[in-house]
Amino acid sequence: MKVEQRPAASPSKDALTDKATLLKLYREMLLVRRFEEKTAEMYQAAKIGGFCHLNIGEEATIVGTISALRPKDYVYSTYREHGHALAKGVEPNAVMAELFGKETGTSHGRGGSMHLFSQEHRFYGGYAIVGQALPIACGSAYAINYEEKDEVVMSIFGDGATNIGAFHESLNAAKLWHLPIVFVCVNNLYGMGTAVNRASAVTEIWKKACAYDMTGERVDGMDVLAVRRITDQLVAQAREKHEPSLLECVTYRYRGHSMSDPDTYRGKDEIKEWQTRDAILSLSDQMKKQKMLDDQEIQKIDEEVTAQVEAAVKFAEESPDPDPKDLYRDVYADQVAS
Amino acid sequence: MAVLAMRDALNQALREEMKRDQAVFLLGEDIGLYDGSFKVTRGLMKEFGEKRVLDTPIAEEIIIGTAIGAAMSGLRPVAEMMTVNFIMVAMDQVVNAAAHIRYMFGGGTKVPLVIRTPGGGGHQLGAQHSHSHENWFAHVPGLKVVAPGTPADAKGMLKSAIRDDNPVMFIENEGTYAVKGEVPDGEHLVPLDKNEVKRPGEHITICAHSRMLIVAMDAAAELEKEGISAEVVDMRALRPLDMAPVIASVKKTSRLITVEEGWRSYGVGSEIASRVYEEAFDYLDAPVARIGAAEVPAPYNKRLEKIAFPGKADVIITAKALLGKN
Ligand SMILES: Cc1ncc(C[n+]2csc(CCOP(=O)(O)OP(=O)(O)O)c2C)c(N)n1
Ligand SMILES: [Mg+2]
Repeated sequence: MKVEQRPAASPSKDALTDKATLLKLYREMLLVRRFEEKTAEMYQAAKIGGFCHLNIGEEATIVGTISALRPKDYVYSTYREHGHALAKGVEPNAVMAELFGKETGTSHGRGGSMHLFSQEHRFYGGYAIVGQALPIACGSAYAINYEEKDEVVMSIFGDGATNIGAFHESLNAAKLWHLPIVFVCVNNLYGMGTAVNRASAVTEIWKKACAYDMTGERVDGMDVLAVRRITDQLVAQAREKHEPSLLECVTYRYRGHSMSDPDTYRGKDEIKEWQTRDAILSLSDQMKKQKMLDDQEIQKIDEEVTAQVEAAVKFAEESPDPDPKDLYRDVYADQVAS
Repeated sequence: MAVLAMRDALNQALREEMKRDQAVFLLGEDIGLYDGSFKVTRGLMKEFGEKRVLDTPIAEEIIIGTAIGAAMSGLRPVAEMMTVNFIMVAMDQVVNAAAHIRYMFGGGTKVPLVIRTPGGGGHQLGAQHSHSHENWFAHVPGLKVVAPGTPADAKGMLKSAIRDDNPVMFIENEGTYAVKGEVPDGEHLVPLDKNEVKRPGEHITICAHSRMLIVAMDAAAELEKEGISAEVVDMRALRPLDMAPVIASVKKTSRLITVEEGWRSYGVGSEIASRVYEEAFDYLDAPVARIGAAEVPAPYNKRLEKIAFPGKADVIITAKALLGKN
């Protein structure tokens, strides 16, 4: 599928030029990449069960959006959320342990790949029903207004989710109630095997904001700096003016929909073409040109990140399974007979 | 103690809880400016303002979803679904989200949320506005389900539901909003997990909840005149299901009738009967009799509707049959 990029409103460029910030974005994207590569490996080794959806290819969108948030800001996501949790600061150990179904996982092995959660990091969960989390995210935003706090909610979902009723109910309510929320659509051009133009009457997702008189933006989701710049604006708009927005990040998943997808509905050339625009390589190239980074440093970062991921696997391996006697724990907040 | 209609008892509970705790807020369709379809929320927007009494679009998923997210973020929302029929467009939020979130996130959050909604038929409203579905919700681990049948219980259970840290389905009934009864003033809390004998008796046990509790009490009064002493157990706590008073009663009477306004198949009575068979089989002198709605979509025609829903006569006839007295 060919996509036309729509240049986002041009913010001042100087915000994102310092080496420390760029290095941080680079490292975070690489962590998502290496973590997901390892996840695929562990899935194939049958260490991870169930459905497993990878973020590989979408790193710029993930890190560009979530890095614009403060620790107290909320993130709501989908079943394709390993990277979102990592970017929000959830420890790789706890994420990998959850994928392994261990007691030390973010959800104590009760959730798995699709249901990561960390109240402490305000990572408010992976939800496996398409579109379900948008209304819930609105609830957190309503609570922020109710208690007059200056926090923001980011609600992240796929292109496929923009055709479901809950999406429209949420945008309408967010605008109506002046909710401090940024809706982030990760347009990776497909919902499972169905291309956007076969599922959505409007293929430029940002335009759906127009129906709700809401700010809508489209950005190149393979360019972490572009994503970050526009997200900074929209987050500020949400925080300061309590005006919601819809941000469409056009990106691509290099792997199948899930680990069990043989990927027969799109051409290998298409995948290759998107890989030539790889966000991680682009950023390192750019930083090399600006003499902020050299090959030696790149290798060092990679080694560090890889070690972090290896440590997460070791932690997950060595962690205990949940105790069978705790099967009924946390069905309710109190002790309740069935 | 004042004599109040059910709707006013509910209103009192909401008002008292909103005064007690700033985190309590209401949301739903036409609950504010319009005062609520059944006037349960009358006057509350005027008293507490638009932030705490939120009129929503006709969008059930956003109502329940907003309530869930707010509950996970420190508030205590009370969502009104105009009737239980409309909650079906938001079942994903109720079951897949509200009920499951705590468990699937490993206890990482709680969802202190109340969903108030009336069911019930008998007003010639046809197939899309007349049914009772409390058994659907009572099927789901993670939800608490209550269905009070007296104004005092309505007040006391709503206050307890609002203070509970779990999602609570609070099932009301369109046919009981005007029913009056004595209601204790001020702090009056009724537990969400205790059923109770509302009328003691010797010969037969009748289990019922919500509007059918009233039907069962009327039937018991009539049976008394014919020398049959019926014990009526109020099944206001459906999940968790408190069976203790039923088991104790059956051990005494050896005969049991269950009455519900919904369909019998896979219903509340089916669950009660199963548990009695498991826990008190040897005490029974007759099979458990289940009374429920005719298994049809509710008809509009007045006469058809009357025979489609259970009434006093059905309970009386069934009781006599069980006792071999017809
Ligand atoms: C309500 C619902 N219908 C169907 C599914 C099955 N399903 C899971 S993911 C998916 C595709 C969603 O695509 P998109 O929103 O674009 O997100 P992506 O997977 O591309 O990140 C489908 C159909 C589901 N989980 N929920
Ligand atoms: Mg997609």
